[in-house]
Amino acid sequence: MRLQLGIAVTHLLARKRQTLVSLSGIVLGTAFFLAVSALMQGSEKDFIKRLVDNSPHITVSDEYRGADIQPADMKWPDAAVNIRSVKPQTEVRGIRGHQQKLAFIESIPGLRVAPALTGSVVLTFAGRIQGVSLTGLVPESMREVSSIEEKMIEGSLEALNVNPNGIIVGIGLINKFKLAMGRNVTVTTSDGVVRSMKIVGIFRTGTANYDETQTYALLKKVQSLLNRPNRVNRFVIQLNDPNKARDVATIIEQRIGYKSVSWLEASEDIMSLLTVRNVIMYSVVTAILVVAAFGIYNTISTIVMEKTRDIAIMKSMGFHASDIRLIFLSEGLIVGLVGSLLGILLGLGLMWILDQVTLPVSQFGGPTHLPVYRGQRQFFIAFGFAMISAIAASYLPANKGGRVHPVDILRGSM
Amino acid sequence: MTTLLKAQSLVRTLPLTVPVTLVQDISLEIDHGEFVAIMGPSGSGKSSLLYLLGLLDIPTSGRLWLDGQETSGFDEDTLADIRLSKLGFVFQFHFLLAEFTALDNVMLPMRKLAKLSELQIQQRAEQLLKDLGMADHRHKRPDQLSGGQRQRVAIARALANDPLIILADEPTGNLDSVSSANVKEILRDLATHQGKTIITVTHDPVFAKAADRRIGLVDGRIDDQWVHPGLQK
Repeated sequence: MRLQLGIAVTHLLARKRQTLVSLSGIVLGTAFFLAVSALMQGSEKDFIKRLVDNSPHITVSDEYRGADIQPADMKWPDAAVNIRSVKPQTEVRGIRGHQQKLAFIESIPGLRVAPALTGSVVLTFAGRIQGVSLTGLVPESMREVSSIEEKMIEGSLEALNVNPNGIIVGIGLINKFKLAMGRNVTVTTSDGVVRSMKIVGIFRTGTANYDETQTYALLKKVQSLLNRPNRVNRFVIQLNDPNKARDVATIIEQRIGYKSVSWLEASEDIMSLLTVRNVIMYSVVTAILVVAAFGIYNTISTIVMEKTRDIAIMKSMGFHASDIRLIFLSEGLIVGLVGSLLGILLGLGLMWILDQVTLPVSQFGGPTHLPVYRGQRQFFIAFGFAMISAIAASYLPANKGGRVHPVDILRGSM
Repeated sequence: MTTLLKAQSLVRTLPLTVPVTLVQDISLEIDHGEFVAIMGPSGSGKSSLLYLLGLLDIPTSGRLWLDGQETSGFDEDTLADIRLSKLGFVFQFHFLLAEFTALDNVMLPMRKLAKLSELQIQQRAEQLLKDLGMADHRHKRPDQLSGGQRQRVAIARALANDPLIILADEPTGNLDSVSSANVKEILRDLATHQGKTIITVTHDPVFAKAADRRIGLVDGRIDDQWVHPGLQK
């Protein structure tokens, strides 16, 4: 092996320019793969983090996935039953027996849960009107499952306990209504209940629509406003491991019957877009490395052609076909190895440069730097891609070299 | 002397559209330490016979024994192993590896055989080059050597693994008279003093005169009556 490696290195060093061209292809392919994937992965992770941080990992709502089974269907399960003009029974919306269901969810390890009652209300102030979503919450438990406390720019969730008539609104609404902390707004429900509530907190999430249309108040206050005493219509759940959301949501839904939606399910369209983005990225980078592989193929093919006589001599000396194959495969391996290692170094350099790029701070916050992610997996993929390309590119010429019959060459040389 | 190489009814035919027979029904025996010159007109099958005797080519039919071992039916790797340990080749064109120094070229077969340590390999290669008057040129690459010097390095390389037989294909064919005489002396000396068996193909009557035996080849067959014009009285 050492002998074959020595010959391979000598061949490559004797053709410095060709070797450098092949090497450059692998170096640039690997480096660009790393830089692009770091940016793509970084932005994906940043996006998912925002998604996970800003929304519940699981939301249990007072809905069912399928339509209610009609008594006729239960009576004749195998018959073709056609029931027309089914009118659902009028009922007070909300999760029935929510205390027991809450207790069950709390018994599942690795999660935190908070009950909430959300309804639509209209906010009016100085002649301006805005339909908003009002969520009734228990500050102590909501703090455990939501990052809303971190998004508060004025006041706090705790202020709701101090002032039960308080309301927390987003910066978007504040700007739209030209409001300020301590001002009163009028809240009107669909049942015509009108209350005046005092602004005790302002939050900013960075999502304009959210900051304009979401409001928070005490759970008991909202229950009273919406005329749903002792009712909740949502459980907001946060998991220690957000990746388990789908499994935990299934368990909860199977047990309590209400629709449990994980953040993955809720964002399925976005996640599939991210997958498409990744496929595009990997396709482009694979194309770069395939082009680089052609460079290696070209170099090693040329060496094999130039060295046909040497191959014949080595075989006449007693080298096996496998020794010859090993020499040329080693050349591909060396180019692949050195190229991918230099590519990783260059890739790290490019990542550092990307790290230095600063973005103007948006009105709603957001990243001030490009999100560059340095995941081990990306380095392994880049290295693996480069090595596979190099080996594949050198395999054909190496095999051709191994098949050289010395007599054919020696006879031709005489 | 005992028989080292024995060929029996060797035939080599190229399977072309119209088959071409290179070597026809050749039987011969060559002893230990014998210096044999194979001569004949161009296209008579001299090199083809040398390749068969050197296990570089496989006969279409016939049998071949080397050092008491029948080689028929051996696969390519086994034949390569026999070439590595028992045979050494010298060609008309030196065929040294261009990127390697004279010393590296001589060390190559020994490194492949891997019976000696790296230090021993280097010492033996240096000794061989010294014996052939190439000690001062051991670190030069082939393009820095003259034709005669390259051929001496090629002989040193052929001797590297202490082979039983040196097979030379017109080793003086590309050399001037002084270098030719030098190579002839070296090969003669190897047979006489080191007991190496030398089988050489040559057109050179002066070189052939140094051989113990000359085999005439005409149209792929041994022709005892054929004598090189330069050797005719």
